[in-house]
Amino acid sequence: MEKTLPIMNLFARLRPLGFIALLLMAWHIAVKFQRVQLLPSPLAVAHAIAELAQRGLLLKYVIASLFRVTWGFLMAAVLAIPLGLLLGWYKRSQLALNPLIEILRPISPLAWIPIAILWFGVGDGAAIFLIFLASFLPLVVTAMNAVGGIAGVHINAGRNFGLTPRQLVSRVLYPAVAPQLIIGLRITLGIAWLVVVAAEMIAVNSGLGFLIVDARNAGNRYDLVVAGMVMIGIIGLTLDIGMRSLEKAKSLRWGYSED
Amino acid sequence: MRQVEIAGTPISRNDGVVKKKTPKAKLQAHGIRMIFRRDGNTISVLDDVGLEVGEGEFVCLLGPSGCGKSTMLNVIAGFLTPTAGQVLIDGEAVRGPDPRRIFVFQERGVFPWLTVEGNIGFGLFKLPKVERDERIAYYINLVGLPGFEKAYPHELSGGMKQRLEVARALAVNPDMLFLDEPFGALDSITRLIMRGELLRIWEAERKTIIFVTHDIEEAVQLADRVVVMSARPAKIQRTVEIDIPHPRDISSKRYLELRDGIFEQIGLAHKV
Repeated sequence: MEKTLPIMNLFARLRPLGFIALLLMAWHIAVKFQRVQLLPSPLAVAHAIAELAQRGLLLKYVIASLFRVTWGFLMAAVLAIPLGLLLGWYKRSQLALNPLIEILRPISPLAWIPIAILWFGVGDGAAIFLIFLASFLPLVVTAMNAVGGIAGVHINAGRNFGLTPRQLVSRVLYPAVAPQLIIGLRITLGIAWLVVVAAEMIAVNSGLGFLIVDARNAGNRYDLVVAGMVMIGIIGLTLDIGMRSLEKAKSLRWGYSED
Repeated sequence: MRQVEIAGTPISRNDGVVKKKTPKAKLQAHGIRMIFRRDGNTISVLDDVGLEVGEGEFVCLLGPSGCGKSTMLNVIAGFLTPTAGQVLIDGEAVRGPDPRRIFVFQERGVFPWLTVEGNIGFGLFKLPKVERDERIAYYINLVGLPGFEKAYPHELSGGMKQRLEVARALAVNPDMLFLDEPFGALDSITRLIMRGELLRIWEAERKTIIFVTHDIEEAVQLADRVVVMSARPAKIQRTVEIDIPHPRDISSKRYLELRDGIFEQIGLAHKV
């Protein structure tokens, strides 16, 4: 490793923030000189966020959105990962089910909105179901492919040391797929977060997606619209950083090295 | 198989080379055939291969790349079921892999998600913790990895990973070791060192070792007996007794004689 001065390091870390500040300034100036209203100014958006916080809506909506994502995503993970591992292990079942998976996969989860409402009514149930759908198949495919990628020598070595099938799963199969699974979970959580916003625009009356639609419908409050967008971005980034920190575990890092 | 067994003393056909009478046959493989079917084609990989290995013996299976010697080792280890024939170890038919007989793959066989300690302790799950830790410490020393207990394989060099895998195999105290071109991926200097280490360990622990290689020099340096296999479908071409005591002088007349004999057997003029 090259030695760098601490001050240079700090500078490198601040660079993205500096760039964002620069963009905000450009945004501010552009809004100042426009004649027609295309975007609210960054200050207006900041005020809108403060207003939401004051009215107690910010926390409420963020929690409502996170609640739906958590449930939909967790249920999908709990069902999809074991299913994907099984399909990956038993190649024949994979061959049998793969066409179905490949037909369902390109259907956007949003296409399910009418059916979700038909089955669960307008409310949390429909939104959670949509997030579940959005997460389920990507996780099945991730787990399935992860099993396919296990080195045969590791399975043979596990069998050689006299592991029972159950031990083989917990001591070889699971640790061997963990790095790939965690990447899959991170990407899928990103998808789930995209879908919750869309689901909330149609199926419920709380959450950040609802905020955006509601602010437009009830008086063209574009400052609130953009405030909602900013919050979605910040929370999405936070979720991603959280998942990424899992990838730093020492027992997983082998799965990400180029060797 | 033209092989006779009289009161547990194997007499194997080996082209006039006098075979030491090993006290006990550890492994007997008879008439092993292996036919793979791929895309409607049948490929015969092993054609009536027979092999006997004595207790504590070091045998090299030598043959050109792709000849089926690895397949033979996988059959012996119980990872593959032969199309015909049978493998007996201690008089018992092999039906699958067994912790009494450990297969050493190329260095990639170590578990990348476990530390050096974790890898060596992998097969010791039935032991109480104190005993397990003692054994781990013992084998870390034996293969020269002290100081790396908490390191992960990706932090080790190729030679260290290979030693780690040998240690993992030895830690469960198997009777037999099967090594499948274990040093093939190492550079030539590390390979020489590893051969010395393997012999040292073998002399200390007296396991029965079957070692697959395509390297004639390696086979003549290591083995008590070199079993030369033909190109596919593999048959046993010849068995050569290496009657030079260890440590072997690899410029001695006898060494060169044996080595060149095998070169000729395989049909290679020993000139570059």
